[in-house]
Amino acid sequence: MITRQRRAAGVCVLLAALTAGIALPSAALADETTAAAPKVNLVLDVSGSMRERDIDGQSRMAAAKQAFNEVLDATPEDVQLGIRTLGANYPGDDQKTGCKDTAQLYPVGPLDRTEAKAAVATLAPTGWTPIGPALLKAADDLDGGTGSKRIVLISDGEDTCAPLDPCEVAREIAAKGIGLTIDTLGLVPNTKMRQQLSCIAEATGGTYTSVEHTDELTDRVNQLVDRAADPVVTPVATEGAPECAKAPTLESGLYTDRAEFGQQRWYRVDVLPGRELRASVSASADRDVNPGYGVLLRAVTVHGREIVRGEAAGNGRTDVISTGLRYPKREGDDDDADKPAAETVCLQLTHSFSAAAGVKTTPGLPLELTIDVVDGPSPSSDVAAFGLGRGWWLLGILVLTGFVGGLLWGWLSRWRVAVWRTN
Amino acid sequence: MRTTRMLGAALLTLGLAAAPAVADSTPSPSGDSSAPTEAGTSFRTATEVDQGQTATANASAGDYLYWSFPADAGQRPTVKATVKLPDTHAAETWQIDVYDGLRRRQACQYGPQTRTAASGAASVDLACTLRTIRAWSEPWANDPLPGTYYLRLTAVGLPTSDLGLPVSAEVRVDAKDIGGSAAVDGSLAEPLVPGAAAQPEEDASASAVLSSIEPEDGWASGWWSDRWVWTAVGGALAALAGVGGYALTRGSGRPPRV
Repeated sequence: MITRQRRAAGVCVLLAALTAGIALPSAALADETTAAAPKVNLVLDVSGSMRERDIDGQSRMAAAKQAFNEVLDATPEDVQLGIRTLGANYPGDDQKTGCKDTAQLYPVGPLDRTEAKAAVATLAPTGWTPIGPALLKAADDLDGGTGSKRIVLISDGEDTCAPLDPCEVAREIAAKGIGLTIDTLGLVPNTKMRQQLSCIAEATGGTYTSVEHTDELTDRVNQLVDRAADPVVTPVATEGAPECAKAPTLESGLYTDRAEFGQQRWYRVDVLPGRELRASVSASADRDVNPGYGVLLRAVTVHGREIVRGEAAGNGRTDVISTGLRYPKREGDDDDADKPAAETVCLQLTHSFSAAAGVKTTPGLPLELTIDVVDGPSPSSDVAAFGLGRGWWLLGILVLTGFVGGLLWGWLSRWRVAVWRTN
Repeated sequence: MRTTRMLGAALLTLGLAAAPAVADSTPSPSGDSSAPTEAGTSFRTATEVDQGQTATANASAGDYLYWSFPADAGQRPTVKATVKLPDTHAAETWQIDVYDGLRRRQACQYGPQTRTAASGAASVDLACTLRTIRAWSEPWANDPLPGTYYLRLTAVGLPTSDLGLPVSAEVRVDAKDIGGSAAVDGSLAEPLVPGAAAQPEEDASASAVLSSIEPEDGWASGWWSDRWVWTAVGGALAALAGVGGYALTRGSGRPPRV
């Protein structure tokens, strides 16, 4: 009978183990689709220097035209493409006029390939290189819509319209929070041009490419247009407060903000008992920063006690520095079971980037914040899974214990039999 | 002791039943037909790549290239990257960094994470072996947990003359199954996949998600480990030893006239 009871106990354990096995999380995540049409604005330098014949034996202009024709053919259907020129119309020497010379060659919208190609064919190298003003106008062209926005700047010389620094223009455009990326391509670049174009790209999280051959130009522009067509999650702009009491309350989602050098940002998140808060943050270096930087994200109670922190530090060339934290709120024991109260967790965010000499400190560096409130983890009651053992030592001990137990049992029953016989 | 014995027998049966299902959870190298040929440029746009797939990308020197891959509890992923450099270039230093689903940087146990290619070198090989991924850890720890992992490949030391030159990169993630020795108690309710909570299930197909990555046959539930077998076998051996010990005390057969 004892044996039967024990068998029942074994079945119970088996069932418990099975249930534990079935209660697995299923990450039901679906595939991606676009919410709104992505927009791309190609900005082409048509300044006088485009006449030089140093790309595969043909002029830079001819190479650009050939590349544009191929790109226009390969543009995905759902991408709204526009073309803007700079330095295409004013051949004179007056800097003031020359630096206003930027025009929309083909408006951003559904693409008519024949029309766009015809427009490109009319271009002839002419004037100045007003990159800054062209970028501002190009950003205006892309206004509206919720899809991704991208400017592809193709230039063969640095900006000739000082004092307006195109790099700062790019940063201002990025600070508008419209989620615009600027990619730059330099045709047969020199050092100064490389620096300027890559500065423009870095300011908006874009990329810089040097181009020496026509096919490189075609491939890269195609790649960038395709990249614009890839659906991505658009972050929601938020503004953190300098203290927790005034901080915005965030739900699960993706957010952007800006933090100036030395500024701290606070956000609030409500976490119910039995739920887990996951927060991650990345601070982007969109300008020249000194080597040596860090980011600190603290989860603090409303009373100012730190719960958990995520910190990261680094040095050298980087695009972002990021960290994250997890805070599982325990199931309350003494709470009213019907109405568990959510705890307000304050998130404090600081970064320790410092601006390199001569770099503007406003607007602040872009931040990206991911908040997820998910079910809490099942706690760990032992170091090993389910407190199970493993290894030869375990086997040895079990065998030894079993053997000793058997011996004792045997002697005990012999002794009992002996006692019974004596009586 | 008898309880252990019974428990062992029950669990052994269970273990045998579950074993075939677990056996194929190791990532199998899949064909490269569907392998990605582009890389993302930020955490948000990281290209998803499966374990055992070789992802390629054409890029410019100076780009920050991002991929993401799934890694499950008990695995020890190794990331390998090869960067093919243009014919003429100066000395460049390349680096891979791995971040977990919370964008925390994960340390490499070993492997050349950073390497400098001498001027004119045709390519540079990088590798990084992460720590074994645990099913659970305390929130204050930085232990790798199951979920999305991000891989960032970039040049950290680049002379201006090399900025923007065409390069091509090839990355591959493989994982070694560490097995029961890494099986810890506790588990996360959801793997560390960013955006897991942000997406309402009904219209999830209507918009992009931060990360939709998942291992080929789903996330492990975390209850299975070979510890069940060890414990069960231990129990069975203990039972046998017990019977043996008992038999020793009885000599040959029962005493006469009992």
